Amino acid sequence: MHMADALISPAVGGAMLAASAGLVVHGAKKLKEDMDDRVVPLMGVLGAFIFASQMINFTIPATGSSGHIGGGMILAVLLGSNAAFLVMASILTIQALFFADGGLLALGCNIINLGFFSCFVAYPLIYRKIAGKNPNRNRIFIGAIAASIAGLQMGAMGVVIETWLSGVSDIPFTGFLLLMQPIHLAIGIVEGIVTAAVVTFVWKARPEILEITGGPASNYPTSTRKILVGFAISAAVIGCTLSWFASTNPDGLEWSISNVSGKELKAPETGLHAFLAKLQQNSAAFPGYSFKEESAKPGGKATIAESGKDEAWGSVNAGTSLSGLIGGSATLLLACLIGWFLRKFQNRSRV
Amino acid sequence: MSTISSSLFDVNHLDALSNQTTCIHRIDPRVKLLTTLVFIASILSLNKYQISALIPFAIYPIVLISLGNLPLKYLLRKVLLAAPFAFFIGIWNPFLDTNILFNIGPVFISGGWLSFASIMIRFTLTVFAVLALIGSTGFNAICMALEKLGVPRGFVVQLLFLYRYIFVLTEEASRMVRARSLRSFDGNGMGIRVFGSMIGNLLLRTLDRAQRIHTAMLSRGFDGEIRLAYPLKINVWDILFLLGWSALFILMRFYSLPHLMGDLFSGLVK
Repeated sequence: MHMADALISPAVGGAMLAASAGLVVHGAKKLKEDMDDRVVPLMGVLGAFIFASQMINFTIPATGSSGHIGGGMILAVLLGSNAAFLVMASILTIQALFFADGGLLALGCNIINLGFFSCFVAYPLIYRKIAGKNPNRNRIFIGAIAASIAGLQMGAMGVVIETWLSGVSDIPFTGFLLLMQPIHLAIGIVEGIVTAAVVTFVWKARPEILEITGGPASNYPTSTRKILVGFAISAAVIGCTLSWFASTNPDGLEWSISNVSGKELKAPETGLHAFLAKLQQNSAAFPGYSFKEESAKPGGKATIAESGKDEAWGSVNAGTSLSGLIGGSATLLLACLIGWFLRKFQNRSRV
Repeated sequence: MSTISSSLFDVNHLDALSNQTTCIHRIDPRVKLLTTLVFIASILSLNKYQISALIPFAIYPIVLISLGNLPLKYLLRKVLLAAPFAFFIGIWNPFLDTNILFNIGPVFISGGWLSFASIMIRFTLTVFAVLALIGSTGFNAICMALEKLGVPRGFVVQLLFLYRYIFVLTEEASRMVRARSLRSFDGNGMGIRVFGSMIGNLLLRTLDRAQRIHTAMLSRGFDGEIRLAYPLKINVWDILFLLGWSALFILMRFYSLPHLMGDLFSGLVK
């Protein structure tokens, strides 16, 4: 459930990136304050451990499919909120760069969805509350499952909200929510069982690790509240500012179409356009069909054509669209030619 | 099992590509990182129905890949491997948004198909740009750039550590997977019980390794502070690269080249 760059708007991506950057700064600062220098190599190696263990698959009972772990909760139990968050963020960064899982601008969304919720919300507020200071097998088991489910539900909800706010996908909010939440409930249960198994294993084999790396239990709730408030404020401020900027500019499509159509209308009876327009008039199933009529129909869904912009929309005709298509292909061809030429040039200069 | 070694090979190969000395590789990593961000932001800020205006943006990854001497086929395969998520989210659009926007002859194009095509083009462009960035820069240089740009050192150190040990631990994991699959018949032992103790064992080995690394660091004078030396210098070409590309992206964002070229074509025909 890595968000991709292609599905988000710059406002959402920017806000999430800023919020996660703030959390990374906060985490790094906190970590430096209560510096246990054993944590530095431990964090690095545990991140690599999550990476490696994601490559070990297991069959999920009764389904026949196979799964692997996400790992946020295991890290939180072993390292504590701040360090686990940094490790998750570093894993997601490497996945974005090397595996194209997510993207650079979507990195913030992914860090929030997969790192923030499990490390800063589900772990301190659910796992620690259930497992307590003196964990036993049942407490670990229940805590891990409850926290994993909660973390994944919040993460899935994050994906839905970010997608919806970005408006690139047309999936309706509730429909997407109803699709994502049950899937991630199942994933959460499996993840929770694995987390419980691993934590219990460590607890039996090396109980001291949970004590050392888990850190003191005292100050979690307060710091979490502070982080939550800071996160909400920063996301709100940045989101509002960016979306205000975005909405004061006309939308790209409307802008460019009105731009182009302004020119088109002056000389419609000459050149390729006239020819194509005639061709379209003759060949089209509905001569004279245009988007304006469709959107003006009372029943028709006028999703993008708001009142007052109909003028520009009315002039979307086959001619302009086709000229866009031809121009687009020509541009792509030109870009590829430039690339081919540069490659030739590069090879020659190497020899 | 093959997937483990191949994905490891992938990371290795992508990083190895950065050990070249083309003019793209010589550009300062900070500059390349910022340019890529401007590139992605300008693409994403376009309206979701706009396809023709997206196409000129292909010039940036194309130039980087050709001048940076990066293998196109290999990068293309990586883009395809990452495509499913964007595809499955985007494929709903044609069914949900059936407003007809225009037609080419008898073929009517709905807004949903337009925005779906737009999502896939955005996806291809942004992923290519990121892969070109890492292939022409390398992970260590990107970490340097991050620290110089103000990312906390703790996080940069974490990235470097993680990257270093991914190879070690993944090889260990792949040995375990091989051992398990050699002993497993009819899917026995592939379940969650064996998986749990495998992961647990891998974790214990990991913790031991962390202990050894920490001892090794201490014996080399580690005092809790990691010092990183960065020989980074921005020259005129770097500034030109950043400003030139950014100006071009913003220009392309507001002026659709394909429409202008389409006009030109119709002008020529006339």
